[in-house]
Amino acid sequence: MFRITCPYCGPREPTEFTNGGEAHISRPQHPEQLSDAEWAEFVFMRSNTKGVFAERWCHSGGCRKWFNALRDTATDEILAVYRVGEDRPWTDRA
Amino acid sequence: MLSESGHPPMTAQRYSLLSLLREGIGGHRGWQPAWRNAEPKQAYDAVVIGGGGHGCATAYYLAKEHGLTNVAVLEKGWLGGGNAARNTTIIRSNYLYDASAAIYDHAMQLWRNLGRELNFNIMMSHRGVMNLAHDDGEARQLKRRVEANRLNGVDAEWLDARQVKDFCPPINISDNVRYPVIGATLQRSGGVNRHDAVVWGYARAASGLGVDIVQNCEVLGIDVAGGAVTAVRTTRGTIKTPKVASVTAGHTSVIASMVDLRLPIVSHPLQALVSEPVKPILPCVVMSNAVHAYCSQSDKGELVIGAGIDLHQSYTQRGGFHVIEEEIAALLELFPQFSRMKLMRHWAGTVDICPDASPIISKTPLRGFYINGGWGTGGWKATPGSGHVFADLVANDAPNEIAAPYTLERFTTGKLVAEHGAAAVAH
Repeated sequence: MFRITCPYCGPREPTEFTNGGEAHISRPQHPEQLSDAEWAEFVFMRSNTKGVFAERWCHSGGCRKWFNALRDTATDEILAVYRVGEDRPWTDRA
Repeated sequence: MLSESGHPPMTAQRYSLLSLLREGIGGHRGWQPAWRNAEPKQAYDAVVIGGGGHGCATAYYLAKEHGLTNVAVLEKGWLGGGNAARNTTIIRSNYLYDASAAIYDHAMQLWRNLGRELNFNIMMSHRGVMNLAHDDGEARQLKRRVEANRLNGVDAEWLDARQVKDFCPPINISDNVRYPVIGATLQRSGGVNRHDAVVWGYARAASGLGVDIVQNCEVLGIDVAGGAVTAVRTTRGTIKTPKVASVTAGHTSVIASMVDLRLPIVSHPLQALVSEPVKPILPCVVMSNAVHAYCSQSDKGELVIGAGIDLHQSYTQRGGFHVIEEEIAALLELFPQFSRMKLMRHWAGTVDICPDASPIISKTPLRGFYINGGWGTGGWKATPGSGHVFADLVANDAPNEIAAPYTLERFTTGKLVAEHGAAAVAH
């Protein structure tokens, strides 16, 4: 497993956090106009990246704030954490 | 005589008591390799990606039922070294919905005779699988499942706490615990078998029919022209083929991304452990949804213990300690006498979870590209059924009745086979 650094509280044990899955999936701007295929893409389809992956975490056993992390899903190394609303940080790894 | 694949079919060395005696007298010098460790050819009629249980089963049924013998199974590591080697080998078919009962019970029927059919001892043991209930709501849900199972011809019965204790004497049915056992479902035909033997048995039988089993051959890319598959690029060269059947469990999304196909799958670690070997104590498989434990005892005497998934996405084949800590705590409430046993090994597999906890057995928008994945935490029990219906799909380019509900389109139409919670948690 891995230790996670909350951008508000600092490094903590993984048991304090809840994983929120893939980050940067925006709710549709005009849901009433979406086709079934577009709904399927929003609700179900995921990149499931093997490599650098942007994901959401909630510090549910601490400050209870949501934030994002870049983690290499092939090694579980966390490359960056950043707050909601901030852009995904650049990494030189695929 | 050459088979269609250009290889001589291996002179099948039948395993029997007689052959064992003969070899025993002859100093065991006459045993042959169980399958040909083939070099990849330049072209095949179909390529199966993934040499696990499902992949080898698919190749076997392609050859046996559909006469498609010019087939290769490409395995990036060694045969059966992925999730086939990492699961807890529990066999059952007591799923709630008709579509699930159809495919898992299809597998169950094939398991019954598989050792004989493959002439390979898969150590199938129909010792019974119990799914425990710990509160009234869960008992109601499980009783409903028993009735649904019976309507689908799946053997199932309800046991009260006393009957649970009779069937599994070491279990703790005291009221004075956090999650008391108030009853259980029992599928007597359920049980466990030997993971390696199943993969080896299928590989041997497929190889005997002319299928090439190619190990240490990782697929790096898939060539496409005119909306159809033309070849797979591998670490051992490019292989031309009009049909690619992906059966790669946790890496299903990775293969699909080679042809820009998006899937509703997320890969998670799923951990398991075995204890030191002890004399026979646990006569059946015990599973509990609420406390997240499942356990059986192997023929070697080790307790084989499964945990729930780690909730984050990962391909690392390792999970968090807190997950197995909870798992062991739950197990020890059911079996306090296990508290001083030592754990010998611990590992994780990468499981491909679908949103509805049901697999994808499907054609794709790309002609000649077929997907069998998304089995999540429960693929092992389905191995023969999965391979059987997937071979049918690949050979006929259309799903049969059992495979039909498991299309990729169900995530667009909304016709899901929602087994989350309907099945026991540990599939």
